[in-house]
Amino acid sequence: MSVNHQPRPAVSVTTNACKLCTPLGACLAFRGIEGTVPLLHGSQGCSTYIRRYIISHFKEPIDVASSNFSESSAIFGGGVNLATALQNVTAQYHPELIAVASTCLSETIGDDVPLFIRQYRREHPERPPEIIHVSTPSYRGTHMDGFHAAVRAAVDELAEAGAPERRINLFPGLVSPADLRHLKEIMADFGVDYTLLPDYSETLDGEIWQEYQKIAPGGTPLAAIRRTGRAMASFEFSGTIAAEHSTGNLLKERFGISYLQTAMPIGVRACDQFFTKLAEVSGNPIPDCYRKERGRLVDSYVDGHKYIFGKRAVLYGEEDLVVSLAGFLAEIGVIPVLCASGGESGRLAEAVQAAAPEVADRITVRDGADFMDIAELAEKLQPDLIVGNSKGYPLARKLQIPLIRVGFPIHDRLGGQRLLHLGYRGTQALFDRIVNAVIERQQDASPVGYSYM
Amino acid sequence: MVKVLEERKGQIYRKGSEPYAMECGKTSLAGSVSQRACVFCGSRVVLYPIADAIHLVHGPVGCAAYTWDIRGALSSGPELHRLSFSTDLREIEVIHGGEKKLYQSLVELIDRYQPRAAFVYSTCIIGIIGDDVGAVCKRVSAEKGIPVLPVHSEGFKGTKKDGYRAACEALLQLIGTGPAEGIQPHSINILGDFNLAGEVWMIREYYEKMGIQVVATITGDGRVDQIRRAHGAALNLVQCSGSMNHLAKMLKEKYGTPYLQVSYFGIEDMAEALYQVARFFNDTAMMRRTEELVRDEIAAVYPQLLEYRKALTGKKAAIYVGGAFKAFSLVKALRILGMQTAVVGSQTGSSEDYQQLRDLCDEGTVIVDDSNPLELAGFLKEKGVDLFIGGVKERPIAYKMGIGFCDHNHERKIALAGFVGMLNFAREVHGTVCSPIWKLVPRYSCCGGGVADVG
Repeated sequence: MSVNHQPRPAVSVTTNACKLCTPLGACLAFRGIEGTVPLLHGSQGCSTYIRRYIISHFKEPIDVASSNFSESSAIFGGGVNLATALQNVTAQYHPELIAVASTCLSETIGDDVPLFIRQYRREHPERPPEIIHVSTPSYRGTHMDGFHAAVRAAVDELAEAGAPERRINLFPGLVSPADLRHLKEIMADFGVDYTLLPDYSETLDGEIWQEYQKIAPGGTPLAAIRRTGRAMASFEFSGTIAAEHSTGNLLKERFGISYLQTAMPIGVRACDQFFTKLAEVSGNPIPDCYRKERGRLVDSYVDGHKYIFGKRAVLYGEEDLVVSLAGFLAEIGVIPVLCASGGESGRLAEAVQAAAPEVADRITVRDGADFMDIAELAEKLQPDLIVGNSKGYPLARKLQIPLIRVGFPIHDRLGGQRLLHLGYRGTQALFDRIVNAVIERQQDASPVGYSYM
Repeated sequence: MVKVLEERKGQIYRKGSEPYAMECGKTSLAGSVSQRACVFCGSRVVLYPIADAIHLVHGPVGCAAYTWDIRGALSSGPELHRLSFSTDLREIEVIHGGEKKLYQSLVELIDRYQPRAAFVYSTCIIGIIGDDVGAVCKRVSAEKGIPVLPVHSEGFKGTKKDGYRAACEALLQLIGTGPAEGIQPHSINILGDFNLAGEVWMIREYYEKMGIQVVATITGDGRVDQIRRAHGAALNLVQCSGSMNHLAKMLKEKYGTPYLQVSYFGIEDMAEALYQVARFFNDTAMMRRTEELVRDEIAAVYPQLLEYRKALTGKKAAIYVGGAFKAFSLVKALRILGMQTAVVGSQTGSSEDYQQLRDLCDEGTVIVDDSNPLELAGFLKEKGVDLFIGGVKERPIAYKMGIGFCDHNHERKIALAGFVGMLNFAREVHGTVCSPIWKLVPRYSCCGGGVADVG
């Protein structure tokens, strides 16, 4: 019993990509660090498109600076532009940190960004902001690789050794602000100090303001990132990240901090694993409220199982999310007949297999996918529902089946940033949405229109 | 007063305080967080609505992914424009060159979709690795028998305006390659309307009612074969001047076709756009039909506009849009609704554009070129506006401060052109400014409840 891993057929063109570029992922992650302005080293368009795209999901201001390459910077190098940009960002925003991410352009001409930053620091000895850098050539990997690389770069640059603390590092990956808030609540309920990185729970889902804030309040404090080097353990939600890209692994190698790399806690099984491990690491029992949430979740599984048993779902998105959702769907009796991602870690098939063993032989896994592939496979597989971000809407419309919106981007609905899908509570929300979507579809298709279940 | 970077001070002008002087047309200042996009963006937005052509973005995946179906440009037939094709370059191609992948991608797409033409957009990285896109296009064009046109839109080679230019150059390659038979003397091309929410359909109907043949709509609801015979039209009408003036000029030079600048936003400008054409053809019967049309259309919307005007009179607005020409119409349209424009700016205006804005606006109006979020937020607060009109990137600036916002960019899905469009615009402005929710935002309490009342 193993998943059917179908590599993408030999076509050259990508049609309707199921991924975004690496600098976008880096910008998202950097928005989760307190007092930070992301700066893209490249053309103006990259920062503008990325801002526009992120706004469509989060509906919050997202200022991303650019070093504004011109033709001459493309020829002679972007060092001068970067220095100007650092200076102007400092003058306008007074940030604590400027986080520089490279683009395909600056990478290809071979700009030595770390060198430029060292020069800038030398020339500006008057307390400049902290400056960190991550290499994100957009032709290598997806936005998730950029996201993980940015988190790793921040820790790489800032983490300090010191006396061990009773503290947990939590690297959640690309989840919603609502998920981040829930994780913070869980950590608080366990009574344990933590560093959650990134934390855009406020910066990308904040309150309305009286005065315009240059940098949205919130985010992981720099001090907390520095303390990641003294924690007792790290949790990294990822089913697919390789050791050389893993922040948990970096901290393990440099400071000897143990880490658990695990799928996102979605579904009873994955949540049990997370909560059990948290109890173990923190030395505190699982708080009663979560036992009750778990109990209610299982109770609702019983109430709803008939409506969804054997339903076939097409599932796509970031690899880590796909792995986690596949595990959850398998657990409730829905078969994720297609698990697709634009990512190409090479680990998706194996991770899906591990997460959804009971239905593995009925799953097709496609990595490096675009929406043309997904649509073609979906038409053959005849699914009952689609689970993924807004980009599956044209497919759902064509197949006339429900789309359960999860992940990023959700730009055709309000509240994508407030969707909760982690923990027992998040799983509950997701479970109810899935069951109700199936029921609604049955009602709509019914000639009678029964209103009692 | 809003704090502004020293290098940007010349790009901001306050009417009344000083003699008119405006710096513009500059590349954006590094680190200023400009709202502008790039050369690629300019080309892509202009050519995108041509619905029976393949639009292939040659480069890494981002540029294509961020422009997948974002425009509201509708087609009455094929919908190839709504798919996002990319050569999705990887490291290996960056090292060895992407020509082979480009060739294969084009062949696959043309075999699959049988398009009438293909446009290939060069992104930043293509300019650096030096792929000979022109040669690949030529080869595929010869093999497949359709026009395959390179669009030189490397992002770093200037501003969005340079992208408009690159798009116009590509269009010029197409125009003149089709038969011009069967075109009447009273005929036009509509340039620079992108058929957002079906706008070009309305405009086309107005002109047809006047007795005019519309040869090509460039590029809204555009078709390759129409565009190929556009040189046969007697007159070109340029709606979005920022993007299409260049093409109109080139067509005048090459084919002697005269052109007029028009605007379809607001009832004043819309009516004038029709009269201009009737005057051009100097035909009494056509002028009479035009007068009737304008009268009927205005009569149909005016009573409702007056209702909105009652509720909106005295409210203040800010405008920050891509092209300055659009801003002129917006200032006038807001005036019809009784509203005053306190801040107005654009990403790409020229010195003459800003001078015209200055003449149009009231004393004290802030006029700004290539602004950024911090400046815009500052101006909104300083002027205490009730409404901000802009694009997606401007929206959260307004909303965060508890200020109403209307989209007026190429991504919108509501028709704002034409007489009906004015009514849609008024309805949206009204629903925005007069919503009771503003009473709950902090700004309301801090300015003593001075914001909107429900009208």
